[in-house]
Amino acid sequence: MTTPADPLAAEVPPKKPKAQPDGMVEKRGAGLWLTHLGLILGVLFIFFPIWLAFVASTVTQPEIVRPPMPLWPGDRFFENYGKALTSGINAPVALMLFNSAVMALGIALGKIVISLLSAFAIVYFRFPGRRVFFWLIFLTLMLPVEVRIVPTYEVAASFGMLNSYSGLIFPLIASATATFLFRQFFLTVPDELAEAARIDGARPMRFFWDILLPMSRTNIAALFVILFIYGWNQYLWPLLITTDPSMNTIVMGIKQMFPSGDDVADWPVIMATSILAMVPPIIVVISMQRLFIRGLVESEK
Amino acid sequence: MATVTLENLRKSYGPTEVIHGVDIDIADGEFIVIVGPSGCGKSTLLRMVAGLERVSAGEVRIDGTRVNDVEPMDRNIAMVFQNYALYPHMSVFENMAYGLKIAGTPKPEIAERVSDAARLLQLEDYLGRRPRELSGGQRQRVAMGRAIVRKPAVFLFDEPLSNLDAKLRVQMRLEIKQLQRRLGVTALYVTHDQVEAMTLADRMVVMNAGVADQIGAPLEVYARPQTAFVAGFIGSPPTNFVAAQLLRPGAPDGARLGVRPEHVRVVSPGEGALQARVMYAEPLGAETLVHLKLADDALFTLRQDGTAPVPEEGAEIGLAWDDDAQMLFGPDDRRLQG
Ligand SMILES: Nc1ncnc2c1ncn2[C@@H]1O[C@H](COP(=O)(O)OP(=O)(O)OP(=O)(O)O)[C@@H](O)[C@H]1O
Ligand SMILES: [Mg+2]
Repeated sequence: MTTPADPLAAEVPPKKPKAQPDGMVEKRGAGLWLTHLGLILGVLFIFFPIWLAFVASTVTQPEIVRPPMPLWPGDRFFENYGKALTSGINAPVALMLFNSAVMALGIALGKIVISLLSAFAIVYFRFPGRRVFFWLIFLTLMLPVEVRIVPTYEVAASFGMLNSYSGLIFPLIASATATFLFRQFFLTVPDELAEAARIDGARPMRFFWDILLPMSRTNIAALFVILFIYGWNQYLWPLLITTDPSMNTIVMGIKQMFPSGDDVADWPVIMATSILAMVPPIIVVISMQRLFIRGLVESEK
Repeated sequence: MATVTLENLRKSYGPTEVIHGVDIDIADGEFIVIVGPSGCGKSTLLRMVAGLERVSAGEVRIDGTRVNDVEPMDRNIAMVFQNYALYPHMSVFENMAYGLKIAGTPKPEIAERVSDAARLLQLEDYLGRRPRELSGGQRQRVAMGRAIVRKPAVFLFDEPLSNLDAKLRVQMRLEIKQLQRRLGVTALYVTHDQVEAMTLADRMVVMNAGVADQIGAPLEVYARPQTAFVAGFIGSPPTNFVAAQLLRPGAPDGARLGVRPEHVRVVSPGEGALQARVMYAEPLGAETLVHLKLADDALFTLRQDGTAPVPEEGAEIGLAWDDDAQMLFGPDDRRLQG
């Protein structure tokens, strides 16, 4: 440190900051390692069952049932996965994956479109019954699929929507949560923006497309991830509405593969199916995460 | 370029009326500043002209045509907002071009008009940036640019400079004035800052609680305020008021006399119109403000040249002024005498 009395102090270039006291660095380092150790252990703990499932999907049936369970992958990877994808047990897994994808995408996109539009209507338009509609939407929050499943089934059945994509998608497509999220977001958009657009000549739908939608893209990306996984993981509803194996979704399909009665389960194929069922959500999370984070960074003020 | 006429314009929110009938005739190319304290209805008035707020009664005419029920976009106006209201996800270019794009202007013309505006506002280097990558003053310019590319008949400004620091405000004030002169567009400008109002306006409208108290050229309003409110609001420090009966025994009950601090002279005690005691003085360099207390404990301010001797604290002094500097206001606060 230069003393203030030193007349040259002002002309001496500032010294490089001294290294921090050793004790502090070490403490920081130890803390860092401990944190990492904890996190690594946590990851291993959570990842272990998945690893077991993966191992089980690469060995033969006798190897699985004979203790001890194998801990390292076998050599039947292509065989088991090929069998699962093309023939499966009740229906080819490729078909079930496709069904699930259609359902999850339909639900996620449908929910986003509908909730965006209804939030837009509720926030930006004054129409008779606006409050009533708002509360109606709010009320549906208290009615998850499981509660209204019987009447919903009746309706779907009498519309002839059993064993169809529309039957899988439409009854699950309204979303109060997403509507609320967008409403909350729209309320934070300054009124002046809507007014500036009005003066610029944008009619309401134009304002929606050109300004509101691009401004909500971070929210949309986040919601898409959540809703896609919600749709992908649906179990009860597809179980009710599809009886034809060719319309099975993968999550319920896994359950259908379990042996009933005296059948012998083909565990490697079931495990391969489980692993395959995990892949699309992971792809969605990873790819949307990039957009999600980019959106977050870009809209930061 | 157009004339704007407001005729007995009123606005109510539910049962409460906030604009109580305003009449203004604005000539083509005129720069009108609406000034008044917070909450007096300036923004409301401007937004009715813009078409963002429904008119409760009366008429807004632009170029002689009644526009009460015309959408903002069809009124041939452009507005600059206090917080700029730039589209955050669009570049500066897109922000300025948006209105033209909606109007279906051909691309080459849009490019030309935007680059003209950008040159005028020295924004050429920033056309590719997003609003958040600009400084406050630059955002302000983009908002201006968005208004001028559309070549509107009327510019509306709602406190466009109040988010800028003092220095930038002075600079932008000059730029706005020059721009309006150059383009010759009729402008309606809302502010609560009287310096802005005095320097920008061809004519200013002083608003008080939903009423236009006085409309006139800035110096005219300063020299001949029509109400006690205007006398108190325009001019800094504000006009001093004393009960008229103190100085003119015949004056009606409740009438007040107003004298501007800059028109008061210090004279020896016992002389002049009023006697006062010096509380404290504020030397500001070029001028000195002297705060006084009158016999009845009312406060009084006088402003004198910085070179004049400053009266001592606690000293008794006399106050004098020329007869034509004093303004008499009746009990209803209207001006009684010229
Ligand atoms: N939506 C509304 N509902 C009810 N009253 C309102 C509404 N908008 C404005 N007002 C009232 O109208 C009056 C005028 O408001 P306005 O915004 O025009 O004031 P202003 O002169 O622009 O003030 P400022 O200088 O603070 O911007 C205020 O008293 C305000 O409370
Ligand atoms: Mg205002």
